[in-house]
Amino acid sequence: MDIRYTAEHEWVAVEGNLATVGITDYAQAALGDLVFVQLPEVGASLPKGAAAAVVESVKAASDILAPLTGTIVEINPATVADPSLVNTQPMAAGWLFKIKLSDLSELGQLLDESAYRQITS
Amino acid sequence: MNASPTASTADAPRTTSGNVDPDSSAAAPNPLRSLPLHDLHLERGARLAPFAGFTMPIHYSPGILAEHKHTRAAAGLFDVSHMGQILLRSRSGAGAEAACALETLVPVDVLSLRTGRQRYAFLTTESGGIRDDLMIANFGSFLYLVVNAACVVGDLAHLRERLSALCSIELLSDRALLAIQGPMACAVLSALVPAVATMRFMDAGIFSIDGNECFIARSGYTGEDGFEISVPAAAARSVAERLLDHSSVQLIGLGARDSLRLEAGLCLYGHDLSAETTPVEAALDWAIQPARRTGGSRAGGFPGADVILSQLTHGASRRLVGLRPELRPVREGAVLFADAASDAPLGRVTSGTYAPSAGGPVAMGYVPRSLTQVGSRLFADVRGQRTPVTVCDRPFVPHHYHR
Repeated sequence: MDIRYTAEHEWVAVEGNLATVGITDYAQAALGDLVFVQLPEVGASLPKGAAAAVVESVKAASDILAPLTGTIVEINPATVADPSLVNTQPMAAGWLFKIKLSDLSELGQLLDESAYRQITS
Repeated sequence: MNASPTASTADAPRTTSGNVDPDSSAAAPNPLRSLPLHDLHLERGARLAPFAGFTMPIHYSPGILAEHKHTRAAAGLFDVSHMGQILLRSRSGAGAEAACALETLVPVDVLSLRTGRQRYAFLTTESGGIRDDLMIANFGSFLYLVVNAACVVGDLAHLRERLSALCSIELLSDRALLAIQGPMACAVLSALVPAVATMRFMDAGIFSIDGNECFIARSGYTGEDGFEISVPAAAARSVAERLLDHSSVQLIGLGARDSLRLEAGLCLYGHDLSAETTPVEAALDWAIQPARRTGGSRAGGFPGADVILSQLTHGASRRLVGLRPELRPVREGAVLFADAASDAPLGRVTSGTYAPSAGGPVAMGYVPRSLTQVGSRLFADVRGQRTPVTVCDRPFVPHHYHR
């Protein structure tokens, strides 16, 4: 599976035309303990860059933007029930939502791992 | 991930703490000053950020949530040395004269404040707003004031302009201020200073710690029992380390200080209080003693007395209330509406967060008088979505003061 990143600290795992989205370990560490997660509705059609989800720590709320254009096909309710899952397993059990992509050409705009490391180092 | 544009002023800890890149916002007009305990904070893993002109610890490695809970369960040590410590001494040497002078600037009964006692107060503006909130302790030959960091310069100018003829006004810039808060605070501090064990809430006294003159008050801003300790800057590190030697004590940053005070229902200047809010609007009536009210022996005689005394009698058109968001955290700046569709704003949230000990979101905000009743339901606009909030009693968790 191909994992890409955004400059807004999201990770995107792409399999065919399905993308799983979450926040990076760097992002969860910077935000601190999460206490609230709001996920998009399944079936929502979102353009790239639209506010898709919200994660909140004690101190701040942060928008999670749709990294790619498409339709939300699945969300991870476990993160709503237990937001700390995003802190403990940001790139595994703490995934947030899955998008069925409508424009595969957008994939080229995402960062690969070395490019993402450069912006967080 | 985009940090939300949470409204914030220069003295707010919240903008920098949650952002991915806190250092990028460090555009201070003046060079940042370091606290006397700066090195200790670094050694103990503090995440630092600019706050009110100082480089301050926002949190340490346990994180805000764990620090908050530790304070309520054991004891937290806070470095609040950024706050202004001011001595007010009458030129004649008579303590009562300084108290009378200060009463011309605050709607509080300072004259009856006995030696060894401390009282909450606020400086008011000519229009009845709050210029700053502060603590006043009576140490007999002088009054000791603790004011907000962001207000120090303005407060000093105001005190000097209005009181210099009668009083000397001295900023204690060579002192650190530590707070130890939580159920274990008394056991920890009394191991160093046995006499503090007999103090009650808002008692204040001068004690020696290893030969250093310390001003200690049994008070704080977390809702817990605890003490605030003014210590000479040169001795701050050794005193802090002696407190931290105790296994129940952890360093706590400004982030948890904010969630602790909000959960305790306490106001933060620049957020819940400002020059645009009066003490009556801010529900601080309790801090205005009968002697200063209409019919009292020293009624009025402070800036904005006409507005404040009238509001004490007739009520204010809006009031600060506790709010419990039903579904999600609601932050400072969220506008309040009567229902999910209304276009007419009714008020504004002034502080809001997830409250770790209350186990859910809590907030405070100003609402019209007609909606101050506990149980009143309003809607907060959170980035375009209306979310229900209910007016509730403060504090959100019980206070544990040692009265």
